[in-house]
Amino acid sequence: MSGSTERMPRLLALVPYLLARPGIRIEEAARDFDVSARQLRKDLELLWMCGLPGYGPGDLIDLSFDGDTVSVTYDAGMRRPLRLTGGEATALLIALRALAETPGVLDTDAVHRAIAKIEAAAGAAQPSGVVVGMGVREAATTARTRETVRAALQVGRALRIRYYSASRDRITDRTVDPMRLLIVQAIGYLEAWCRLAGDVRLFRLDRFDDIVVLDEPSAPPAHAEPTDLSGGVFSPEPDHPEAEIVLDPDARWVAEYYPCEELAELDGGRLRVLMRYGDQSWMVRLVLGLGGRARVERPAELAEAVRQRAAAALARARHLPVTSGQ
Amino acid sequence: MSTARAERLVNLVLALLSTRQYLTAERIRGIVPGYADATSDEAFSRMFERDKTELRELGIPLETGRNSVFDPVEGYRIARRDYELGEIDLAPDEAAAVALAVRLWDSPDLTGQAQGALVKLRAAGVEVDENAPTIVEPRVHTEPAFAPLLAAVQDGQVVRFDYRRSDSPERRARTLEPWGVVSWRARWYVVGHDRDRDAPRCFRLSRITGEVRRVGKPGAVRRPRDVNLLDFVAGTSERDSSPVARARLWIADGRAAGVRRRAQPVGRMTVGDDPGDVMELDLYFPESAADWIAGHGEDVLVLEPDVLAKSVRDRLERVVHGEDG
Repeated sequence: MSGSTERMPRLLALVPYLLARPGIRIEEAARDFDVSARQLRKDLELLWMCGLPGYGPGDLIDLSFDGDTVSVTYDAGMRRPLRLTGGEATALLIALRALAETPGVLDTDAVHRAIAKIEAAAGAAQPSGVVVGMGVREAATTARTRETVRAALQVGRALRIRYYSASRDRITDRTVDPMRLLIVQAIGYLEAWCRLAGDVRLFRLDRFDDIVVLDEPSAPPAHAEPTDLSGGVFSPEPDHPEAEIVLDPDARWVAEYYPCEELAELDGGRLRVLMRYGDQSWMVRLVLGLGGRARVERPAELAEAVRQRAAAALARARHLPVTSGQ
Repeated sequence: MSTARAERLVNLVLALLSTRQYLTAERIRGIVPGYADATSDEAFSRMFERDKTELRELGIPLETGRNSVFDPVEGYRIARRDYELGEIDLAPDEAAAVALAVRLWDSPDLTGQAQGALVKLRAAGVEVDENAPTIVEPRVHTEPAFAPLLAAVQDGQVVRFDYRRSDSPERRARTLEPWGVVSWRARWYVVGHDRDRDAPRCFRLSRITGEVRRVGKPGAVRRPRDVNLLDFVAGTSERDSSPVARARLWIADGRAAGVRRRAQPVGRMTVGDDPGDVMELDLYFPESAADWIAGHGEDVLVLEPDVLAKSVRDRLERVVHGEDG
C-alpha cells in the first residue's frame, strides 16, 4: 500500500482519523496506514497546505505537533471519512458473511453484529447479488476435536493425538506442538510441529480418532516455519515422484480434485495428466479405485503395482464362500 | 501521483464539500489553487476532466446541476450526506471479526479492497488491531472469474464466457443473464438465466476458462423475485442423506485403517490362510463406495451385498484386463 496510487484514499482518511485520536504518535498512525513514518509526515505536510477557498491562515487545515505526536486543530470540513465504495463494502461484508458461516472461528453473534453495523454505515454500498452459504457439514466429533485443539492453543499445551493419515492409510499415535488452527476451503486443519515426523505437519480435524491435551507446554522448535498456503493445502513437493496418467471422460474429475498438470487432450475426451504423489500406496489406491477409467503410462513400476494389486484382490475374492446371489 | 496534483485534488474536494451552490468549472478554475498552472483553456479542461474521473474512481459522489434555470452551464458540488461514511462504533469482538475478515481473501484484489474499507473504518474512529494474534486463521479462495461476474451482477449486465464441464474437454461459449454469485461448500457458482438453453442454470466458477466478457447494456438483467439463489445451487449438489444400504466386508488384519475407522467389527473370518475382521459399513453413495473399496485391493473384500461385490469385481477386472475387460 506504499505506492502513490494509494495516496488519495489515505489523504482523505487522515484528517478524520487524527480527529478521532488527538495526540496520537505519528509512528502509530503510520502503522495503521501501513506506511513509513516519513511518508506519513509528508502526507501531513501536504494536508497542511490544503483548505477552504480563501486559503488564508484560518481557512487551511491546521495541525499541531508536539514531540512525536500530532493533533488536528482545524479540519476545514473534512470531519468524516469517505463512505465505502461498492467494491470495499463487498470485499469486507462478504468476508464477514463467510466468517459467520464458518464454524468455530469466532463468536458468530459478534460477526453478525459487525455485519449489521457496517451495512448500516455503508448505506447504498451494500453488496447485492452475493450469497454465502458455506454449507459445511461438520460432524459432531470434528466440532469436539476443534474445540479441544482451540483450548490447547489458548493455553499453549502439547497434544497427544491418534491420527488417521490418508496418504499412508495408517493410524498413528503422535505428540504434537500446536501452532495454528487453519480453516481453508471450509476444512479445518491443525498446523503443528509433529515430534514423530520431526517437521511441521497439517492435520485434518476430521481425521482425529483421539485427542488429549497434555500437561506439558507446546514447544515447536524455533525453526518450525508456518506452512506456505499460497498454493493451497496440498502443494506437491518438487522431489516427489511423478506419474503420467490418462483419464477417461468419467475420471476427468481427478484433474479438478487433485493438483495435476494437464498435459494433453486425447481422442474420445480423454485427458493426459501429470501428478506428483508423496506415497505410492496412496497413488495405487486412487488408480485402482478408478477401476480402469485411469491408466498409468509411467512409471512402469506404478502401473505394475496397480495391476498386481487388482489381480491379487480377484484371486483372494475367489477364496470367499460362495453366496446365493453369485 | 505528483504532490501538486494530490494537493489540488484535496483542495477540490474541500471546496466542493463546503459549497451548497453548484460551482461551474470556470469558477473552480478561479478559486482552487493548482488550476492556475493551466496555461490555456484546453489545458485546464483536460486537467479538470482527469480530476473529475479520479474523484469518481475514488467513489466520491460528484453531483452536477444548475443553481437556477438561467445558468448557461452545469456546475459541481459534493453533498456531504452522500460523501460521509455513517456513524459506526464497533465493540472489541466486532472489531476482531473485521480484522480477521480483512485477511480472509486469498486474492490480492479483494484483500486490497477490504483494506481500503478498513482504512475508512479506522478514520471513523474504530479501533481495529490487524495484527492481533488469532487462534484460527480462515482462508477463502476465489476464482479469477469472481470479480468480473460480481461486477456484472451488480450492474445487471449479460455476460459471455467459455465453460468446461468436468467430464468433457469441450469448451462451450455460454451467454448468461447473471442473477447472483453463490458460495456453497467452499466452491463458487454463478446463477442466472442461460440464454442458449433458455432456462435457469448454475455454473461453477472454477470451470470457467478465459475471460468473462460483458455483452449489451448495464441494467438489462432482471432477476426474478421468487428465486432463492442458495437453494438453487444447494439443490443441484448432493444433499446430506441417510445411508442407502449396509455392506459386510472382510478386512485383512492390520490393513485398510481408513475403512476400519468408519466400520464396526461384527466377527472374525479367515480367507484362504489370511485372518481378518468381518465389519459392517453404512453406504451413502454406493458407486463411490465401490471405488473406495476397490482401491484397497486384496485388503478389503465385499461379502454383501452382491451388487457391491460385483461393482468392485468389475473395477478390478477392468484394471487387470484393460479397457475391454
